[in-house]
Amino acid sequence: MEQTMKLTLKVWRQKDKNAKGAFESYQADNIDAAMSFLEMLDVVNEKLTKEGIEPIAFDHDCREGICGMCGAVVNGRPHGPRKETTLCQLHMRHFQNNDTITIEPWRAKAFPVIRDLAVDRSAFDRILAKGGYISVKTGCAPDASVMLVSRENSELAMDAAACIGCGACVAGCPNASAMLFVGGKISHLGLLPQGRIEAKKRAVNMVKKMDDEGFGACSNEYECQAVCPKKLSVSNIARMNRDYILGSAD
Amino acid sequence: MATLNSKIPDGPMKDKWTSHKSKIKLVNAANKRKYHIIVVGTGLAGASAAASLSELGYNVNVFCIQDSPRRAHSIAAQGGINAAKNYPNDGDSIMRLFYDTVKGGDFRSREANVHRLAEVSNNIIDQCVAQGVPFGREYAGYLDNRSFGGAQVSRTFYARGQTGQQLLLGAYSALMKEVGRGTVKMYPRMEMLELVVIDGVARGIVVRNSVTGEISSHAADAVVLATGGYANVFYLSTNAKACNVTAAWRAYKKGATFANPCYTQIHPTCIPVHGDYQSKLTLMSESLRNDGRVWVPKKAGDKRKPSEIPQEERDYYLERKYPSFGNLVPRDLASRNAKFVSDEGKGVGQTGMAVYLDFADSIARLGKKVIEERYGNLFDMYECITGSNGYQEPMMIYPAPHYSMGGLWVDYNLMSNLPGLFVIGEANFSDHGANRLGASALMQGLADGYFVLPYTIGDYLAGSSWGKTAVNHAAFTEAEQQVKERIQKLLNIKGKKTVAEFHRQLGRIMWNKCGMSRNEKGLKEALEEIPKVREEFSKNLALLGSGNELNQSLDNALRVSELMEFSELLVRDALYRKESCGGHFREESQTPEGEAQRDDEKFCHVGAWEYKGAGQTPTLNVEPLEFQEVHLAQRSYK
Ligand code: FES
Repeated sequence: MEQTMKLTLKVWRQKDKNAKGAFESYQADNIDAAMSFLEMLDVVNEKLTKEGIEPIAFDHDCREGICGMCGAVVNGRPHGPRKETTLCQLHMRHFQNNDTITIEPWRAKAFPVIRDLAVDRSAFDRILAKGGYISVKTGCAPDASVMLVSRENSELAMDAAACIGCGACVAGCPNASAMLFVGGKISHLGLLPQGRIEAKKRAVNMVKKMDDEGFGACSNEYECQAVCPKKLSVSNIARMNRDYILGSAD
Repeated sequence: MATLNSKIPDGPMKDKWTSHKSKIKLVNAANKRKYHIIVVGTGLAGASAAASLSELGYNVNVFCIQDSPRRAHSIAAQGGINAAKNYPNDGDSIMRLFYDTVKGGDFRSREANVHRLAEVSNNIIDQCVAQGVPFGREYAGYLDNRSFGGAQVSRTFYARGQTGQQLLLGAYSALMKEVGRGTVKMYPRMEMLELVVIDGVARGIVVRNSVTGEISSHAADAVVLATGGYANVFYLSTNAKACNVTAAWRAYKKGATFANPCYTQIHPTCIPVHGDYQSKLTLMSESLRNDGRVWVPKKAGDKRKPSEIPQEERDYYLERKYPSFGNLVPRDLASRNAKFVSDEGKGVGQTGMAVYLDFADSIARLGKKVIEERYGNLFDMYECITGSNGYQEPMMIYPAPHYSMGGLWVDYNLMSNLPGLFVIGEANFSDHGANRLGASALMQGLADGYFVLPYTIGDYLAGSSWGKTAVNHAAFTEAEQQVKERIQKLLNIKGKKTVAEFHRQLGRIMWNKCGMSRNEKGLKEALEEIPKVREEFSKNLALLGSGNELNQSLDNALRVSELMEFSELLVRDALYRKESCGGHFREESQTPEGEAQRDDEKFCHVGAWEYKGAGQTPTLNVEPLEFQEVHLAQRSYK
């Protein structure tokens, strides 16, 4: 059996969007090293419920690192200390007995807190509705083999498309910029021949929406790349800028 | 016992869909915008349907429980999607994909639906490529295929180990395109809690906003449920935490029949359970079985490290029992056999509920680099969760609930027995029979959403006039009132046990008595135990907070209470079906070698249950299954 641990959690509690939040401290006992971070929170929440304290709200769903629903800033870092790992895939064996762990929601103007650790990321959906697609209707696609895509571009597109839309890049950026998220989608589609036709328009529209939603600018801190659980590279931002400049010049 | 009319079109199998399409009624282009359609759920089926319907000109309102439609659980599918493209020139065809799927489903699916599925499989790939789904490609730029889940041809398209994610993001992008155009209105963080039926016709839904708690009604000319499966009835499953049966169960209680609920799929290659606190199980793509060999020690209770067990003391039981398919037997067989060897005391790991999946031979033959290229992400995932290295020692795996083949009954047009209620994707029952083959779920979700429903729903709408119902109809007010009462009732209990404790309790009963192997005695016990859990739930649930705020425990309590009601129907169905077929193994019905024994004389039909009121026993309706093309035969993978 792996060791069990005793931890102190400092958790951001906030009743709703308009409430003023504050940190609360809770004890987490008998934490098994094989638990995931969210399972640790489950255990704490069950205990709180029995004590008559409302459990900590946090978003999650797949618990296998792919849906992008989970996320919190753990000890100052989005998704916690492990590189390329979502919060749901972070395991307690990476913490030590008697640790104090600070847990807070994504902090960004464009991501208002709705309760405790849960934030509203619908700004991402609104940006994608401005161009994060190829305008093909159902039924009019040619045979899939007609269009060849170089393996290199296909792999780069896949790298960019791996984004799970969790928002860690925004939370990690000192300016709360969404450039890695937006750049990822623009790169994914723009690297493929079928996505080139709309590439410039896409970049202009999505970037404009990103600004309107209140995300910050990029000052080349590369923090987004450092905290991205899916290894998206800042070169996606460069591709976005290229298409944006081309599009703005039109 | 009534017979359900499947409305399968006449004519030869290969022409049914084409001729049906050319005969069904059309809605005039100018009239489409006058119709409102509700789509619940935004997985592959829901998102693709909503986007396609909106492109056609309908007004579409879409609801999902997550914060964004992109999170639906289709996103977690790893392996791939089947299509009969025959790009590798290895002899695949629509006929062969159709045949494999019918046989794989153990002759409990509807032939005509499966044939249509195979037919449109190729269109799906075209559509997805055009949307920018980055499928794996060869160096020359052509699409790559692999063989998957024991198929003898290479017909599976994939996007690394994230095929579900990429297909879902494709469907989501199509959906967001329509949201951008203003013809789809998207309602995230909304949970459907009631179906509204007026004069026998589905007319709308009641939902709860999970951020504010507000209850609201939405009326439409047709309601489409794309709400996924019910594997979370087992508590531990590979499904996402929010997956639930509420929408389907509410439809059932309003008169939609529920077909074959006992058909559940237990996936063989999951990471074993490791503790009581465990909240979910993680699946690893079964493509691992292409190169990994499954074994256990020959001697029960052998606690030696795997490396200390010599070859001659290992039992590669799948290879031994099924020499022609070996480690690639279908999921139901692989899972059941893992259970059997574990029950004999040969299981490995701390709990004894695991078997080895060993790559040593493949690494010796192909080199570690090749294995890493093929499965690197899966080995990483295994290490991330278990802390152990699959290259150095064999992985440990155990089956876990994964998918539900059963679901709401639908006819050939994907409409339930309630006019105006359509059910697509995992939520319906039709295409996978008693066992689903790998890489078929993604295919079915997208087939329903992109290429079937957009046609068949028009046939229904063309025959009905639009906008008959508004939300101020008394049926909506009443439904809202009932929803509010349900919520208040839960909040008033003020007991001592958490929702999760009840859910775990339910899950244990279901897994032990109605899991991979079922018998009459166990099933009858389950039917006695479940009501007791429900009873205690209604008296001793600890639930804090109110209904007018974001309250995740309340969300869960609502879901678990429906799962508990539903679980009885699942067990009842398992008890009724005294044969073994696909994922449903009744111990009383096996061959002398211990294989599943179907009983085609008595059970070659769909069993669809009809609600008869609280406390009443549901009645069974049947749809006889006829096999014209693929001849009924006992499956053999020997
Ligand atoms: S819960 Fe889905 S990525 Fe963490």
